[in-house]
Amino acid sequence: MAKYRTIRDLDWSLLIIILVICAVGILQIYSATRGTAWEQAWWRQGLWVLAGLMLLWVMVSIDYHTLVGHAFVYYGLAVGALVLVLLVGRTVSGGKRWLGFGPIYVQVSEFVKIVILLVVARFLAELKTERLAVRDLLKLVGLIGLPMALVMRQPDLGTALSYLPILAVGILVAGLRWKYVAVIVLAAAVVMPLSWLVLQDYQKARLASFLDPARDPRGSGYQTIQSKIAVGSGGMWGKGVARGSQTQLRFLPVPHTDFIFSAFAEEHGFAGVVVILGLYFVLLMQIVQNAQMAPDRAGVYISMGVCALLLFHVLVNIGMVVGRMPVTGIPLPLMSYGGSNILSMFLMLGLVNNVRLRRFVS
Amino acid sequence: MSLSSSPETGDYRVSGPPVLRDDTKFASGKIAIFQYFTVVVFLYLIAGFWLVQVRDPEYYSEQAERNRIKALPVLAARGKILDRDGRVIVDNHASFTLILSRENLKDTHLRPIAAGLNLDYDRLRTRLARFSSRARYEPILIKDELTPGELSFVEAHRDPDTFPEMELIPSQRRLYPQNDLAAHLIGYVGEISEGELNSPEFARYEQGDVIGKAGLERQYNDILMGVDGQRRVVVDNRGREREVIGLKPAVSGKNLQLTLDLDLQVVAELAMENRKGAVVALDPRNGEILAMVSTPAYDPNKFAGRIRSDDWRLLVNNPDVPLLNRATQAQLAPGSAFKPIVALAALETGAIDDSFQVRCGGGASFYGRYFKCHLKGGHGTVDLHKGLTQSCDVFFYNVGNRTGIDAIARYAEEAGFGRKTGIDLPHEAEGVVPSSEWKMRNFRQKWYAGETISVAIGQGALTATPLQLAYAIGGLATGGVWYRPHLVRDPNRREPPRIAKINPANAAKVVAGMYGAVNEGGTGVRARLPGISVCGKTGTAQLVSNELLRASKLGQSLKDNAWFVGFAPCESPEIVVATLYESGEHGALAAPVVRDVIKAYCDKKARTARTQMLAEVRQAAPQLGPTAPQAVPAP
Repeated sequence: MAKYRTIRDLDWSLLIIILVICAVGILQIYSATRGTAWEQAWWRQGLWVLAGLMLLWVMVSIDYHTLVGHAFVYYGLAVGALVLVLLVGRTVSGGKRWLGFGPIYVQVSEFVKIVILLVVARFLAELKTERLAVRDLLKLVGLIGLPMALVMRQPDLGTALSYLPILAVGILVAGLRWKYVAVIVLAAAVVMPLSWLVLQDYQKARLASFLDPARDPRGSGYQTIQSKIAVGSGGMWGKGVARGSQTQLRFLPVPHTDFIFSAFAEEHGFAGVVVILGLYFVLLMQIVQNAQMAPDRAGVYISMGVCALLLFHVLVNIGMVVGRMPVTGIPLPLMSYGGSNILSMFLMLGLVNNVRLRRFVS
Repeated sequence: MSLSSSPETGDYRVSGPPVLRDDTKFASGKIAIFQYFTVVVFLYLIAGFWLVQVRDPEYYSEQAERNRIKALPVLAARGKILDRDGRVIVDNHASFTLILSRENLKDTHLRPIAAGLNLDYDRLRTRLARFSSRARYEPILIKDELTPGELSFVEAHRDPDTFPEMELIPSQRRLYPQNDLAAHLIGYVGEISEGELNSPEFARYEQGDVIGKAGLERQYNDILMGVDGQRRVVVDNRGREREVIGLKPAVSGKNLQLTLDLDLQVVAELAMENRKGAVVALDPRNGEILAMVSTPAYDPNKFAGRIRSDDWRLLVNNPDVPLLNRATQAQLAPGSAFKPIVALAALETGAIDDSFQVRCGGGASFYGRYFKCHLKGGHGTVDLHKGLTQSCDVFFYNVGNRTGIDAIARYAEEAGFGRKTGIDLPHEAEGVVPSSEWKMRNFRQKWYAGETISVAIGQGALTATPLQLAYAIGGLATGGVWYRPHLVRDPNRREPPRIAKINPANAAKVVAGMYGAVNEGGTGVRARLPGISVCGKTGTAQLVSNELLRASKLGQSLKDNAWFVGFAPCESPEIVVATLYESGEHGALAAPVVRDVIKAYCDKKARTARTQMLAEVRQAAPQLGPTAPQAVPAP
C-alpha cells in the first residue's frame, strides 16, 4: 500500500542530533589531524556524511518489509562476502577486513551489521511462541554465530563482538525463561576463560593492559594511559579547539579514529563531554521511542537492534577512552573518521526512520 | 504489499511475503528495561570522566606536562683548587657525559647500547635499578669521558627511530696534577655510593651526585660542589625538541684557595722520591700548612671517572698502603724527636734544673733491666744541652725516670700529642700518649715505672703522626702558642690559638739544645744551612728491639724509622718541617729533606723580597731597566 510520506514525518529531531554529532566529529578530526598526513580527513568525512544522508534518503524510500522479506538472501550474500574477504581481502595493519573495488575500500563487516539486524528481526518476528524456545534460541545463535566466526578470523574481534548486542537485545525483547538466562550466564562464565586460549597475543595483551595499564606503559597500556592523560588534562572546560597538547604533540594515538573522543575531551573538557554524551543519550532514547511506535514486531526488533548496536559502540569506545573498557578497534559512531562506519550508521538510521514512517500502517 | 496478521495460525512460509506479528505492546516492559540499562551505562561513563576530569585533573595535567616536557641537567662545574699564590692545582676539563632518559627507555635497547659504549651490560642494569626510585623524568648518567669511537656511536644512533633514550650533555671532569702531586691532600671525587646515601652526613645528596670521597675534595665538598641547573624543553612524542621553555643555569662550585705552597710541595715530593714516609711543613705563626707529602701515593685521575676494579684492587692490596695519608694517619713511635717534650716536662716540673748532669757510658740499668744508649761508648758527662744536641738516651732515661710518666704525658698532651690537631682533613689519627690513667683505662693495670724509661726516648706505647710532631714542636718553638693547622685560607675566620703557660726560659733552653743539634756538631748536622739559623731534632725509632731479631731476615725489613723535625729561624720561627722516613735507619738521614724544604722557603722569601723591591724601584723611576714602564703615579 502506498503511503504518502511527508517531510514532516521524518524524525527531524533525530536527524538534527545526528548532524550535530557529525559536525562536532568533523571539527575534532580537523583539529586532531592538522599538520599530519591525515590533514585532508576532515572534509573527506564531510563528504561521507553527505553520502550518508543520501543513502538515508534512499533507505527511507524502500519499505523495510521488503528488506526484511529478503533478509535471508542478504544473509547469504553477506556470508559470501565475508568468505571473500578472508580469501582475497586487502590486509591493513595485520587484518583482512577490506574488499577493494577500485579506489574504494569497503569494510564488509560494517555492512554485515545491517544484514544481521534484518535477519534477527525476521527470525524473531516470525516466532509463534510467546517466549523463545530453546530450539529457536539455538538456531538464532547459530545464525549469528557464523558471520561472527568469519569476522573473528580476519581477525577483528571488536566488530565480531558488536554483532552480539543485536542478538542480545533481540533475545531480551523476545523474552526468555529465566531458567535459560541462568544457563546462558553459566555457559558464558565457562566459555570466557576458555576463550583466553583462542585469543591472539595482542588481544591478550590488551585485556591485560585493561586490567592494569601500568604493567606495560610503553606497550599495550600506552594507549589507555595516554588517553586518560589527554582526557584528564582537559579538566572542566578543556584546553580549547586545536590546543590539546596531547593531541597536537602526537602523544595520543589515532586521535581521528578510535581515540577521537579523547581528543575531544582534552579540548572541550568535562563540559563538552557531558554535552556530547547527552546528545548520544537523547539519540538513543529517540530511537527507543521509535521502537515503541513501530507498527509491528519486526519494526521493534529493527529499532531496538540499532539502539543496542549504538549503545554498544558508545559504551566500548568511550569507555576505552577513559580506561573503563579494554582497548579495541571499535569506532565511535558518527564521530570517528571512516567511510564505512559513517555509511553503515546512516543506513541503520535510515532503517529506523523507515520504521517510523510506516507507523501509521495498521 | 499487504500485511497479513494471523497470530493463531502464523505458519512459516519459505516463499511469499512473511507473516509478521503485529502486536507491538508485547515488548514495552522489556524496552523499559533496556532504557534503564542505557541510563546506567551512561552514568558509568560520566562517572569515569568525572573522576578523571573533575576530581583528578591536576594529576593528569602533570602527566601531560611530563609527556611533553623533558628536563635535561646542566652540570655544574666543580670549584678549582689553588695554592696560596693562586696557581691551579686541581682543574676541570670539558667533556661529554652520556645520559639515558627513562621516558623513552626500552629494555631491548640496553644490550646494544651497552655494547656500543663498552659498558658491562649487567652493571648497566644494576645501575638503572639503583635509580628506579628517582622521578621518572630525571635522566641517569651512565658514562662520562667518551672516546671518539663511543661519541660517534652515540651520534649515529640517538635519532628517535633507533635509541632515542641517549642524550649527550656537556660536563666538566676533574683533572688532577700529574706525578701524584699532593694526592692524599687533594683526595678524589666519585659518585655517591649506596652506603653514603644512607648516612646522615650525606643526607642532602642524591643518587648520581659526584662528591669528594677523600682529602680536601671531601672536606670541602659543600664549597667545591656546585648546583646543577636544568634545561626544560618541550618535546613531541618522538622526543624531538620543539622549544626551550626554561633555563636554570648551573651554579659553579667555588674555588678553594689553599695555604699550600706549590714550590715547597714540589721540593718535598722530590726529596721523598723512592722513599716511604711523609713530610709536613707548616707556619707556626698561624697554623697554615705549607706542604704535605705522603709516599707512596696514587694517581687521583684514575678515580676521576669511575675507577676500574683492577686499579682499585692494586691500590688496596698494595702492602705499602698507598691510600694511607701517612702525614695525618701513620701512628708511629717518634723516637728521639720526642725528647724536647720530655725535656720541657722535666724543666717545668722541676724534676731537673740547670745543674743536672748524668754520666753516659753506653747504657744504664733501671728496675732490673739494662737500657742501651745509641752511642756504644757513651757520651761521657751529659747535661741538658748536650743531651739534646747529641740525643743521649741515657741522659733522657734519667730525666724521664725523675719526671714520671704522668708529668710527661701532661706536657705531651699540652703540646698536642695524643689527640687530633683538628686539621681540616678527614680521618686524622690521634696517636697515643701513655700514662698511668691511660693504662688503667685500657688494660686495667698499674703503670710500672720501668715503662717510663722507653717513653722518655719516644718509644714504648707512645705513637704520633708527622703532623703532630710538626705541630707540637712548632708551638714549643714559639714559646707555647699553638695554632690549629689548616689547609684553606679564610681571612674571616680567625681562631685564637691555644696558649700554654710555659716558662719562657725553659722553652729557650730546649730550643737552644735543638740549635746545637744542627749547628754544633750534633746529630742533625745534615740539616744545617749557611746563613740561616735552623733548629731541629733527630729521631730514630726502633720497630724491633730484640737484637737477634734485628739481625734476622725479618729484622731486615723492619728497619728503624727515621724522623727529623726542624724549624727556622730559631728565634722567631716561620716554618716548621717534620719528616718521617720509614726504614731510614737514622734520623740523620731524614734531616736533608727538612733542610731542602726550609731552603726552598728561604730562597722563595728572598726572591719575593727582591721582586718587590725591584717593582717599587721601577714605579718610582720608570726609565731604569729595560722592561716596559709600569703605571707611574702623577708627580
